[in-house]
Amino acid sequence: MDKQRRKFLKIAGATALAGISAPAVVKLTSSAAVASSSNSTHSSAAEVHKPAAHGAEDAPAGVRLGLVVDMRKFYGKPELLDKAIDACHKVHNVPQIDNKKSEIKWVWKAPFENVFPEHSNSHASKIKKENDFLVLCNHCDEPPCVRVCPTQATYRLPNGIVAMDFHRCIGCRFCMMGCPYGARSFNWENPRPYIKEYNPDFPSRMRGVVEKCNFCGERIALGKEPACLEAVKESGAIVFGDLNDPESEIRKLLDRENTIQRKPSLGTKPSVFYIV
Amino acid sequence: MYNKGTIIPGLAIFVLFVTFPLWFNAFSTASTVPKPELPPGGEKECVASSAEMRASHMVLLNEWRDGVLRDGKRESVTVDGKKYRKGLQMACMQCHTSKEKFCDTCHEYASVDPYCWDCHLTPEVAAIKKETL
Repeated sequence: MDKQRRKFLKIAGATALAGISAPAVVKLTSSAAVASSSNSTHSSAAEVHKPAAHGAEDAPAGVRLGLVVDMRKFYGKPELLDKAIDACHKVHNVPQIDNKKSEIKWVWKAPFENVFPEHSNSHASKIKKENDFLVLCNHCDEPPCVRVCPTQATYRLPNGIVAMDFHRCIGCRFCMMGCPYGARSFNWENPRPYIKEYNPDFPSRMRGVVEKCNFCGERIALGKEPACLEAVKESGAIVFGDLNDPESEIRKLLDRENTIQRKPSLGTKPSVFYIV
Repeated sequence: MYNKGTIIPGLAIFVLFVTFPLWFNAFSTASTVPKPELPPGGEKECVASSAEMRASHMVLLNEWRDGVLRDGKRESVTVDGKKYRKGLQMACMQCHTSKEKFCDTCHEYASVDPYCWDCHLTPEVAAIKKETL
């Protein structure tokens, strides 16, 4: 009996020791191979990522729709600005609310220092002081509004348009906080009484929904040009097209003229350019 | 049987009371099966069979919405040789011109309250503000 207990304890002890040390033994014996393989994958991954991190910034491939506002053609002609704004607001059933808090704007006009705070300077030219500038959604490459939207009601289409699905908008207004350009408006009340004339091809909005310029996505699909452009077509003040197509009119204009973007330091990469 | 005189009339009253909804419905006109108005323009074909449309038009509308807004599927649908752009205002209401006589008949019967018309314009509403300017 005594002898048996002694034997049992010995075996039990040895088994426990073996069990505890087994993982360590397995790790030790295979460590060389594991370490070397993980090391090599790590270094190769770093090599792959290096050029992307330090290389030149890639322009996104494919169609990227953009717009150039040639302000030189708008100077001294505020009625031309109004024409573009009215055309857009009519096509999209945008209400005309004369109240700073509740107003809805897809395209609007603002003074230079509000539009280009990074470009304003003292002793600015008279032209800059006296004229209003046409502003709209910039359809950014890195749209902050899309990042903050909790319901994906706003999203970036493959052609560069930052679009909205009003059905999904819950009216949280995060996108209005996110947008550094003030391009979004909120429907504080039912907009219908303020719509002068309905366009039967486009919906209105309801109370509690955010809205903004959609780069006339529905018109482009029909082969038409954006409404603001069409309204001032004869002046040639607005040019619209594919920024990635080197043969497009807009690209040639961008290559030829000196253009600026709104608040470039924010890194949102706007698709709307200005010639001032 | 004891108390035959009270039990049998009592049972009869009980059965009548329990089946009240059935026979009341049979005689009342409170809920007649809705008859949505067929297109006044005389169109006979829709984008899908009427049974399919009756059962799942809301699914189709959602698919159209997501296709048009997100996936760039804006191609028009052709029905009976006529082209329609995808959309409530641009396809459905072209034939079914009255929301009240078509959509509402069933929706009211089934007590569903879709919010389509909070934003989308019925032909009647769109017509109100067309001549003004």
